Amino acid sequence: MGMTMTQKILAAHCGEKHVEAGQIILADVDLVLGNDITTPVAINEFNKAGCTGVYDQNKVVFVMDHFTPNKDIKAAEQCKQMRDFAREKGFAHHCFDVGEVGVEHALLPERGMVIPGDLVIGADSHTCTYGALSAFSTGVGSTDMAAAMATGKVWLKVPSAIKFNLTGKLNKHVYGKDVILHILGMIGVDGALYKSMEFAGEGVSALSMSDRLCIANMAIECGAKNGIFPVDEKTLEYVYARTKRTPVVYKADPDAVYERVIDIDLSAVRQTVAFPHLPENARTFDEIPDIPIDQVVIGSCTNGRLEDLIIAADILRGKKVAKGVRCIVIPATQKIYLEAMEMGLLKDFVEAGCAVSTPTCGPCLGGHMGVLAKGERCVATTNRNFVGRMGHPESEVYLASPAVAAASAIAGKIAPAE
Amino acid sequence: MNIKGTVIKYGDNVDTDVIIPARYLNTSDEKELAAHCMEDLDRTFVTRVRPGDIMVAGTNFGCGSSREHAPLAIKTSGIACVAAKSFARIFYRNAINIGLPIIECDTDAIDEGDTLEIDFDKGELHNLTKNTTAKFAPFPPFLQDIIKAGGLLKSIGGGK
Ligand code: SF4
Repeated sequence: MGMTMTQKILAAHCGEKHVEAGQIILADVDLVLGNDITTPVAINEFNKAGCTGVYDQNKVVFVMDHFTPNKDIKAAEQCKQMRDFAREKGFAHHCFDVGEVGVEHALLPERGMVIPGDLVIGADSHTCTYGALSAFSTGVGSTDMAAAMATGKVWLKVPSAIKFNLTGKLNKHVYGKDVILHILGMIGVDGALYKSMEFAGEGVSALSMSDRLCIANMAIECGAKNGIFPVDEKTLEYVYARTKRTPVVYKADPDAVYERVIDIDLSAVRQTVAFPHLPENARTFDEIPDIPIDQVVIGSCTNGRLEDLIIAADILRGKKVAKGVRCIVIPATQKIYLEAMEMGLLKDFVEAGCAVSTPTCGPCLGGHMGVLAKGERCVATTNRNFVGRMGHPESEVYLASPAVAAASAIAGKIAPAE
Repeated sequence: MNIKGTVIKYGDNVDTDVIIPARYLNTSDEKELAAHCMEDLDRTFVTRVRPGDIMVAGTNFGCGSSREHAPLAIKTSGIACVAAKSFARIFYRNAINIGLPIIECDTDAIDEGDTLEIDFDKGELHNLTKNTTAKFAPFPPFLQDIIKAGGLLKSIGGGK
């Protein structure tokens, strides 16, 4: 019986020729990631268990992105604990702090720290983002992170897969975000529970790396263990520009078994918005009434890349954010910030009346830098619109692409890009 | 292992943001986390939960973020076991790794306030209020070893 792409990467990382769905394996980890929320718990567990050193100082990464620049004293203490630990264990070079930090899932691909064929775990659910780079990557908890820091291994249950066969090309103003919201609308927030989402078909090559990163990022919103794209020229070009390591290309066997095959015609996908309070509440504009908004957030690991800022700036340039709407733009990394500055995008944003923030997760998880009051509504390019996600439990988050977010900021209500 | 307790019931897709909102994640203190457990879904939870109560829910329990603070908050609040129709995968592994018992079974017929008795070895859930029994699959041996050892880090013996 053939293996899926995910199963092949897993087999190679546990020294087996063949693995099957349902099998539990102990796999070697190429990279372990943690952030300023999950790492302090992992460090406590690591110390409690009597572990002393990390398994490889080049394979553990700390990214302090959630409550930074430190929101309060408690957040500051958490970051200090991480900094001290990284220094003590000899990997301060992999501890990303204010001034060089970015939102973790934008930062690692940008720095070439993940390449095709890798097995990456992170104590952050959106670690699945790196499937766009044809790696197996998945989110785990702090205890998993502690164990992997100590041993370089993780236990995994080999997943079965759903294949998404992509055809066609996206229309103008339609992006990866619309594709994944469309898929969420089809299969729901538990539609791929415990499974891999394997993207395939001629439509893949028409998607930019930025679109792929956005789609893989939200695989977890379908309950998936991972989302993964095949390697093509765009992948290799992206990776070679960022690392000297050699990618390992894994392909699904022709007779790989899938639980389900879903066809997606990219040219039929329309601008989509996910209504509160689940990412599966996807609606297109023919089903959206006039909904006034109070805030717009353009940023996050989902849509805070340079490509996203270009899309938003093209819409906001020369226009004004509607009176009564607060539009917050957050470049996901320092590099993106600098490039956006050099391209004049930051000027476009500020002239339009947006606030531009230093890289941080900030409002995405209701942390700081744009928390919502009771009854307020926000259009965000982030990935979750759960109850209370961005602030008060009675506030509302509508998920959309940077194009829809920018158009909505100008219109003062949820609006399509035109 | 056997436990007996009273049911606190919730619906489908209970996410980690309502189990423990991000605004409290600037600490990893278990008691402080437990003090805010379920706050955005059910403000009465922390005042009415009794040690040994059983949390029962529908599908996709624990979806959302990877925060281990979620199962930790539930465990520290005194909940002895979570029974749901299905769990989000990171919550599932976090619960095992920190030693919060969870079971996957049909929960439709269980109501708030019912008394349950759970036999983990036999894989049986008895609803003493309704006089019914549901079966569930015990964990595979590898995961049972982690639970028996008292969590993942104990089972790997510390590391180097
Ligand atoms: S941007 Fe949002 S979803 Fe992404 S890592 Fe930060 S908090 Fe998580």
